Amino acid sequence: MTRILARLGLALALPAALFAAWWLGTAGSDNFYVPPLRDILIRFPEVWTWDRLRADVLPSLIRLAAGYTVAVLAGVLLGVLVGSGRRVRAVLEPVLEFFRAIPPPVLVPVIMLFAGIGDTMKVVVIAAGCVWPILLNTVEGVRAVDGVLADTCRSYGIAGPSRLWHLVLRSASPQIAAGMRQALSIGIILMVISEMFAASNGLGFTIVQFQRSFAIPDMWSGILLLGLLGLALSVLFRLVESRALAWYHGQRRAQRGPAR
Amino acid sequence: MLLDVRGLKKVYEGRQRPVEAVRDLTFGLDVGDLVCLVGPSGCGKTTLLRCMAGLLTPTAGEVRLRDRPVTGPPPGMAVVFQEYGRSLFPWMNVRDNVALPLRNKGVARKPRQDLVAEALAAVGLADAHHAYPWQLSGGMQQRVAIARAVAYQPDVLLMDEPFAAVDAQTRADLEDLIRDLWRKLGVTILFVTHDIDEAVYLGQRVIILSSSPTVVREVLDVDLPDQRDQLTTRSDSRFTELRSHVYAQIQAAKRESTVGSHDAARPAGLAKQVLQ
Repeated sequence: MTRILARLGLALALPAALFAAWWLGTAGSDNFYVPPLRDILIRFPEVWTWDRLRADVLPSLIRLAAGYTVAVLAGVLLGVLVGSGRRVRAVLEPVLEFFRAIPPPVLVPVIMLFAGIGDTMKVVVIAAGCVWPILLNTVEGVRAVDGVLADTCRSYGIAGPSRLWHLVLRSASPQIAAGMRQALSIGIILMVISEMFAASNGLGFTIVQFQRSFAIPDMWSGILLLGLLGLALSVLFRLVESRALAWYHGQRRAQRGPAR
Repeated sequence: MLLDVRGLKKVYEGRQRPVEAVRDLTFGLDVGDLVCLVGPSGCGKTTLLRCMAGLLTPTAGEVRLRDRPVTGPPPGMAVVFQEYGRSLFPWMNVRDNVALPLRNKGVARKPRQDLVAEALAAVGLADAHHAYPWQLSGGMQQRVAIARAVAYQPDVLLMDEPFAAVDAQTRADLEDLIRDLWRKLGVTILFVTHDIDEAVYLGQRVIILSSSPTVVREVLDVDLPDQRDQLTTRSDSRFTELRSHVYAQIQAAKRESTVGSHDAARPAGLAKQVLQ
C-alpha cells in the first residue's frame, strides 16, 4: 500500500509542480493572451458543459476511433503481407519509408481535394497518418518470428490461418502494440488539425473559434481539455496493452532475473 | 522398416564453394526402436535430423517414413528441439501448448483433453497446466516440449540434442524420463546427441557417425539390461566398455578427418580442426 502511494506521489510530483508554477507565474498577469490560470479554471466547467461535450468532443472522438481502427486494420494486414515475403519487402520498403517521412498534416489539403471537407476527409487524414508506424512495426514484428518456433509449427503441420493467428500475429503483437501506441498520439494530433482546416464541429474547430473570437481563457481551457483527453487515452491504452500482452511482460521479467 | 534413410547427402551451396555436410548416410529404425545417433561435434547431426524431419531437402538420397518418401514435415513425426526456451509458445499456457498440434490435427475436444492430461502426467507436470512456459525452469520447459510430442502420438519421435542446455542433474532425470516413456508408451525414438555417455545409457542401439562429410561409422547394439538406472548402469563394467568403445571410435573419426582433409571440399572444416 505504501509502495503504491509512493509511486503515485512520484508520478504526480512533477505535474503538481508545473501546475503550481503556472498558477503562480500567471497569478497577477494582465497580459490579455496569458490570462491567470485561475480564470481558465473558472471558465473550464462553464465552457465544457455536457451539451458542448456531446456536440464537439464526441464527434471528434468518433472520427478518431474510426480513423484509428481503419489504420490498425490496414496496417496489420499490409504489414503481415509485406513482412512475410522477402521479395515484396525489398520492393515496397523504400516506398513505405518515403511515405512515412511525409509529415501527415501536409496530407490534409491534398486529401481535402478528393475527399471533400466532411467527416470522410477527417477519417482519411487520421487513418493516413496513423497507418505508418503500425505498418512498419508490424513488418518488423513479422520478420522477427523465431526460427525454432517456426520450425516447430512446420513439423506439427501448423499452417495457413492457424499459423497466422497462433504464430505470426501473436509473436508480432508486442511490436504491433508499440506501433499502435505511436499511432495513437499521431491520431490525436491529426484529429485536431483536420478540424482546424474545415469543420463545423469538433474540439479543434472549437478551440480555433475561441481564438478567433478572442475568448482567450476559453481557448486555454480547450487546450487543457485536449491534454487531459490525450492522457486519458494513453492510460486506457496502457491498461488494455498490459492485459493483452501480460505474457510478454511476464517473459521479460523472467528473463531479467528474479531480482526484481 | 518404419523410418528408412538411404544414401542421404546434403551439400550446402556456400558463397565461395559448396560445403558437403553429409556425404552418404544409410540406416533404419524399426517400430519400437530407441536409437541414439552420436558423432563428433560439427559432424552434421542437426543437418541430418532436419532432413529426416522434412525441414530441409537433401541433395541426394531419400528418407522414407512407413514407405512414403519424406518431402515435407510428415504428419507422423514429432520433433523435440534443443532450444526448449524457443520451441514453446510463450503466449500460451502449458496446456494450450500441448493441445495446439492436436487441435490443428482435428482431435475432438474430449479426447484432446484426455491426451493432454495424460501426456503432462507422464512427464510429471500434472499440476502445471495453467503455468506459462517462462514461469518454469529449463528442465520443466523441455518436459512440456516432450509432453507435446508424446501427446501428438507420432510414429517417430526425433530429438535433437534435447538435453544439451540443461544442468547435469536435470539431465539425468530427463534421460530416465525418456527411458520410462519409451518402455511405457512404446514410442519409436531417434535421439541425436554429442554426449557419448548419454548415447550408451539411453540407446538400444547407437549409430556412430564420422566427422563431416558424414557417413555411418558403426552401428553398435547396446546389450545392457532394459531396466536402467543412473547409479548401477553407469557403474556396470559393460557400460564402461561400450562407452570406451564409442569414445575411441569418435576420437578415431576426428583424427582421420584431420589427416584426410586436404580433400578440397572442406577447407573451413580443416581450419576449425587445426584450431581445436
